[in-house]
Amino acid sequence: MIVELGHAALWLAAAFALLQALAPWLRAPADDAERWTGLAVPAALAQALLVSLAFGSLVWAFATSDFSVKLVAENSHTMKPMLYKLSGVWGNHEGSMLLWILVMAVAGAAVSLADSPLGDRFRALVLSMQGIIALGFYAFLLAASNPFARLAIAPTQGNGLNPLLQDPGLAFHPPMLYAGYVGLSVAFAFAVAALLERRVGPAWAAAVRPWVLAAWAALGCGITLGSWWAYYELGWGGYWFWDPVENASLMPWLAATALLHSVAVLAKRDALRNWTILLAVVGFSLSMIGTFVVRSGLLTSVHAFAVDPARGAFLLVLLALYIGGALLLYALRASTVAVGEGFAPVSREGALVANNLLLAAGLGVVFVGSGYPLLVDVLGVGPISVGPPYFNATFGPLMIPLVLLMAVGPFLTWGAARTDKLARKLAVPGLLAVALALYAFAVWDVRAAFSLIGFALSAWLGVATLAILWGRMPWRTPRATWGMALAHLGVAFTLFGITASGALTRELLVNLRLGESAEVAGYTMKLVDVAPVAGANWTALEATLDVSRGGQPLTVLHPQARLYTSPMMDTTEAAIHTRINGDLYAVLGKPDGSGRWQLHVWWKPFVIWIWAGGLIMALGGALSMTARASARRSAAQPVGALVAA
Amino acid sequence: MTETPETPARSWLTRLAIYGPLLLFAVFVVFVGSQLGRETRVTVTSKLIGQPMPAVNLPGLGGAPGLTSADFKTGKPVLVNVFASWCIPCRVEAPQLARLTAMGVTVNGIAVRDAPDDVAAFLKTNGNPFTRVGLDKTGQTQITLGSSGVPETFVIDGRGIIRYQHIGEIRPEHIALLMAKLTEAGR
Amino acid sequence: MRALFLALLLLFAAPLAADPTMPPAALADTPLPDAAQEAKAQALMHELRCLVCQNQSIADSHADMAGDMRALVRSKIAAGESPDEVRAWLIKRYGDWVSFNPPTHGAALGLWLAPLLFLGVGLLLALRLFRRRGSETKA
Repeated sequence: MIVELGHAALWLAAAFALLQALAPWLRAPADDAERWTGLAVPAALAQALLVSLAFGSLVWAFATSDFSVKLVAENSHTMKPMLYKLSGVWGNHEGSMLLWILVMAVAGAAVSLADSPLGDRFRALVLSMQGIIALGFYAFLLAASNPFARLAIAPTQGNGLNPLLQDPGLAFHPPMLYAGYVGLSVAFAFAVAALLERRVGPAWAAAVRPWVLAAWAALGCGITLGSWWAYYELGWGGYWFWDPVENASLMPWLAATALLHSVAVLAKRDALRNWTILLAVVGFSLSMIGTFVVRSGLLTSVHAFAVDPARGAFLLVLLALYIGGALLLYALRASTVAVGEGFAPVSREGALVANNLLLAAGLGVVFVGSGYPLLVDVLGVGPISVGPPYFNATFGPLMIPLVLLMAVGPFLTWGAARTDKLARKLAVPGLLAVALALYAFAVWDVRAAFSLIGFALSAWLGVATLAILWGRMPWRTPRATWGMALAHLGVAFTLFGITASGALTRELLVNLRLGESAEVAGYTMKLVDVAPVAGANWTALEATLDVSRGGQPLTVLHPQARLYTSPMMDTTEAAIHTRINGDLYAVLGKPDGSGRWQLHVWWKPFVIWIWAGGLIMALGGALSMTARASARRSAAQPVGALVAA
Repeated sequence: MTETPETPARSWLTRLAIYGPLLLFAVFVVFVGSQLGRETRVTVTSKLIGQPMPAVNLPGLGGAPGLTSADFKTGKPVLVNVFASWCIPCRVEAPQLARLTAMGVTVNGIAVRDAPDDVAAFLKTNGNPFTRVGLDKTGQTQITLGSSGVPETFVIDGRGIIRYQHIGEIRPEHIALLMAKLTEAGR
Repeated sequence: MRALFLALLLLFAAPLAADPTMPPAALADTPLPDAAQEAKAQALMHELRCLVCQNQSIADSHADMAGDMRALVRSKIAAGESPDEVRAWLIKRYGDWVSFNPPTHGAALGLWLAPLLFLGVGLLLALRLFRRRGSETKA
């Protein structure tokens, strides 16, 4: 019954989405247009409430293991821990699309409740765009991917969830990622509304900025969680493989990063109007394309959805309508948008243009690299594979000047910047960068030029960013500056983690009998025991590894080789000992047939910094967002008073 | 607009910046739309078709002679079947291999990643169509052939040139094709 | 979304195949005694594609055939071949698909020109932002 209510709520929500879409366009003769426009906000709120109900009812079906619901029967199991029953809601195609709609509706509600510095009419237009987009996805859900479908005969037990997905990191990864993907729809809607109203300018930029920041931070969090999950769950110690599905989440993030910076230029200098609008359109377009691609079965990926060409076609039509429509509007209106004044080469805006150029080129490279194998195969001259060597050789070099500039940009002023003090300010970061590279060369024995550059750049960026805050009163520093500094610092952390773990990883691959030890990077591993253990829905062989360093016992690691029931599947559970200066990562392999066990242990220096950096970036984004919102509110006050008077 | 008139080079760029995204996206949609529903799992074929058979020197089952390069220079086209006792489609194709043998075709087998006892048991249960069986215990010979799975069947002509690769199990409808390829190779 | 759907079917290597009965080749999971050679082999293994997996390198895959290929790489490197020779040997058998490092000729050339193209077009577009200043009197 609850499930049927949920289904009904979803239909009703779709009806409110329709109202939301139409509100600003309705105009009865002799009627006050404002009255209709005013319906957008309550419609958005009602929609959000109803989708929440629909989502809640599906959660309920999963929580109570109602196997008469097809989706539950196919993806859940009574023996699953509660957390994974719940994460099972979005661990499948239909449920994930419902989550998509939910996030979209919540974003719409947020737009409804937040200040609207551009006025009610503009807000209604933004909500209308969101309603139009949501309608397509409602149609998709209700017609082609109904999550509430019942089975004629309910099975007594469900099929279970892929064990690799039964993981806390993964339970929260999709919601974060979707918050980012769908959050970008607000920027998209803002862009389309601005084109319709011809209101592209500094005020628009200031109004859209917090939404971009929110989506950017959520997307960054989602990518970070996903990468961290791959690292500890997949059992080979890698965290990023440039897989098409990974790239599909990286591309909107790159676009949002570029957008974030071009919005700043638009707000301050009233320039880059076309480009900023285009980025706002492209960001959400890439989110939709990513969602489409992982469901279309077009690209070969480790992370593949169950494929259904009919669904793929449906999604492609939606994409063509929304993205094509927005780009057409852009093409029609872009030329009519007046262009701002020219830039001085050495200036904050100059640095930000370079930032956008490099990010866009990087985005292009990721896009081409992900799609090229398909193209080549279709042309009949393949197949080829495009993997990490390509991206490291192309994307990597593009990021070098970007990081170089990231350290300099914040010291430049808007307009023609004075350069006389620049050298003094950047002397310390420069010296420390060279020092770290030399240290890596001499002490860590790093010889690869790419790694040495990575070390130098991380120090350069980290120290220069700290220098922004140096000598300032923490509480007198604007929150936006704090946010920017944190985000840049996060990049320095991530870069250092990537470089150090890449250049300094030590690997141990041995076959040990019980009681034998082996050593990696100064850590001694003694295989004490291998014994069977059992969990809620799995059994495993678990090794006990005593880890010591210099004779001092340090920790005990328990890597497992698990066999899940429901569904049956082997997984390796790496045991990880995390320290600030590196991770010990142990995987239990197969017995070699003569009483020895295969052990694969890595020492991965500073690897945790990669994800710490990702979270710091997101935190910086969140901080900036609150800063801007409060600044705007105080600035908007006199205007509000004026209107009231 | 109060802007100075643009030079031709600029207007070309401007137009690119304005219409380019729409155009690119249209190409993307048409391309992707035309590819929907296509099989994306790449079948990796051996690139050695038309090339000489690489050197093979595999031990045989029990005391039986194994498989060596000499077995492919007999002047007569032969089939090489890459199989394994642990491979289920290999059981499915056993009757077809038997039929090919009955039609006078020489079939040699390469057992991949397999224990001799298991291979013997497999041949006992499913029949032994092979003139020679070589044991490729660590799969190295399979890689040398450019083969990426089991079962696969290669047509080798009398001079030791690989002429054709059949990927997957041989079904009854494939027999005619294989016979044609063998005849072609014998010419 | 990497995650959601992770059909790690690759764990089950070739479709419809049970587990092989033989232990993998010794060198599949045993490092070479010479650390420099092992480092070379490792680097190469990360750039070679597992033939029976969806999208994994042979270094990362648990598939049996990936183990065979690791053994092959190690034994060839131990025999003194250079990583590029080993890669070429495999490409001769499986085509460019086997290497995650796409070729720099033929149809894949566009892949390598793409970054230059993007940078070039971007630069042309961006330069106008700075140039306009000279050709226009400031308001």
